[in-house]
Amino acid sequence: MTMLATHGLIRRRGARTVLDEIDVAFAKGRLSAVVGPNGAGKTTLLRLLAGLDSADGGEVLLDGHRVDRLSAAVRSRRIAFLPQSAAVYWPLLGRDLVALGRLPHGADLSRPLSPPDAAAIDRALARVGGASLATRRIDELSQGERARLGLARVLATEAEAILADEPVANLDPAYALEAMTLLKAEAARGVCVVVCLHDLGLTARFADHVALLAAGRLQASGPPAAVLHPTVIDPAYGVGFRTVTVDGIAQPIAWTYRG
Amino acid sequence: MKAVLALLAAALFLASIATGPVGWPWRLGDEVGWAIVLDLRLPRALLGLLVGAALGLSGAVLQAWLRNPLAEPGVIGVSACASFAAVSAFYSGLAAAFVLALPLAGIAGAAAGIAALMSAVRAGAGTVSLLLMGVAINAIAAALISLVLALAPNPFAFQEIWLWLAGSIADRDLRHILVSAPFIVAGAGLVLMNRRWLDALSLGEDAARSLGVDTRRLGLWLTLAVGLMVGAATAVAGMVGFVGLVAPHLVRARVGFKPGATLVPSMLVGAILVLAADIAVRLLPTDYELQLGVFTSLVGAPFLVRVIRRAQASWLAT
Repeated sequence: MTMLATHGLIRRRGARTVLDEIDVAFAKGRLSAVVGPNGAGKTTLLRLLAGLDSADGGEVLLDGHRVDRLSAAVRSRRIAFLPQSAAVYWPLLGRDLVALGRLPHGADLSRPLSPPDAAAIDRALARVGGASLATRRIDELSQGERARLGLARVLATEAEAILADEPVANLDPAYALEAMTLLKAEAARGVCVVVCLHDLGLTARFADHVALLAAGRLQASGPPAAVLHPTVIDPAYGVGFRTVTVDGIAQPIAWTYRG
Repeated sequence: MKAVLALLAAALFLASIATGPVGWPWRLGDEVGWAIVLDLRLPRALLGLLVGAALGLSGAVLQAWLRNPLAEPGVIGVSACASFAAVSAFYSGLAAAFVLALPLAGIAGAAAGIAALMSAVRAGAGTVSLLLMGVAINAIAAALISLVLALAPNPFAFQEIWLWLAGSIADRDLRHILVSAPFIVAGAGLVLMNRRWLDALSLGEDAARSLGVDTRRLGLWLTLAVGLMVGAATAVAGMVGFVGLVAPHLVRARVGFKPGATLVPSMLVGAILVLAADIAVRLLPTDYELQLGVFTSLVGAPFLVRVIRRAQASWLAT
């Protein structure tokens, strides 16, 4: 069932049209990947879906309601957003970082947490296997461990939709696989998960649905096997892809440069 | 920790009332004794409490809001702007004509300084861009203050502005408290109402907005709040530097670096620092009493260097 949808979505930056008439729908219970070359408009689309920017034309609907007309309080409970730079400006304790995900539910970090908030934080930490990180300062953690806590922060909101911008960029393969497995598990629990990805191999393996952007336009939208076919992605990326099939999943590999 | 800090502030408040050139004032007779305590020492101790709390809280808010451990009303030019506006009100005769002119001018000056600063912070919240903007604002305000000094009608007026700028809470009376306390209390209330959202800003502006923070409205509230506190404090006490910088650093690690939890302890530590410094300038065996602002800067600046050296942490280097 469609949870987030865009209709004729347009976003301009100066004279440039970053997104041009995008019509795409993301269903709950599925992991959707937004892919495309650098500058295709992936992050712009995600920010519009999250209600952080307003469109220059068209609309974003969450269950039929315009996202930009939701109050900040309602929006923050229904949509959780993980920005690309997971920068944290203070060396908080792991548990306090995750507790920030409960702010939409009224949590105040300066006071003792309510039992439902504390329970949600524990659940989120358990899901990412981060219980041991709860009492450690985040400036003492590795990048992978910090990414895990960032993900737990988003899970702690227990929102109906999770939007993540490049959640596996700069991560070791082990952490990348772990993060994708976690997001997939969230989708299996009925959450609408939308992820911007660069890694087409991970996309082919984990995504239920792929939206391909190039030059601000939606080039294709559908199951990974259809969208990640060389006839579709070759022109979008300007690269000749070949595919290797592993465990029945076709993995696209960028092979020839077509400058 | 808050209870300990509050007790310490209360003890210093009493110590401040007990300190002065005549020592135990009632030995000069009941009437003179009460006059000294009520007219001289009580206003001074109350102002120490108010100004210190305002500066400590302002420092904590600015550091949390700008996500920058070097933000402080003095360093980033907000105090200088408030001083310029207050000095202008002083010597244009406005302050004499209308009792609220001085604090209102201070508040307007501080708010203008913050607004100018925010235009730079929007472009990039890095320490360098913030401090560069602070340097620029400080330079402009200092130049304007020099201009006012140059236009001073006589050497006495010149010296009076100069001493006032150095920061002091000596020889103040109840009037100074009445014109500053309501603004400082209102500013502190505004800040504490928005405490939760300062925690969200630890994740940067985008994540904070996704967590429900209306960053534009928060910015307006905090500009107003810091303007009220720093403007009113500067208008009655002149420039008292480094309290806003030092206070949050003293408490941050003890509250787990949570920006919201830093606020109230910083406010108490600010009050403690100003009360202690104001007692110290009275006890120091100098011919003329050292100006409070001079003393806090002399002690505060080396302290800052020590804090930065000891921290050596990545979060200071961004």
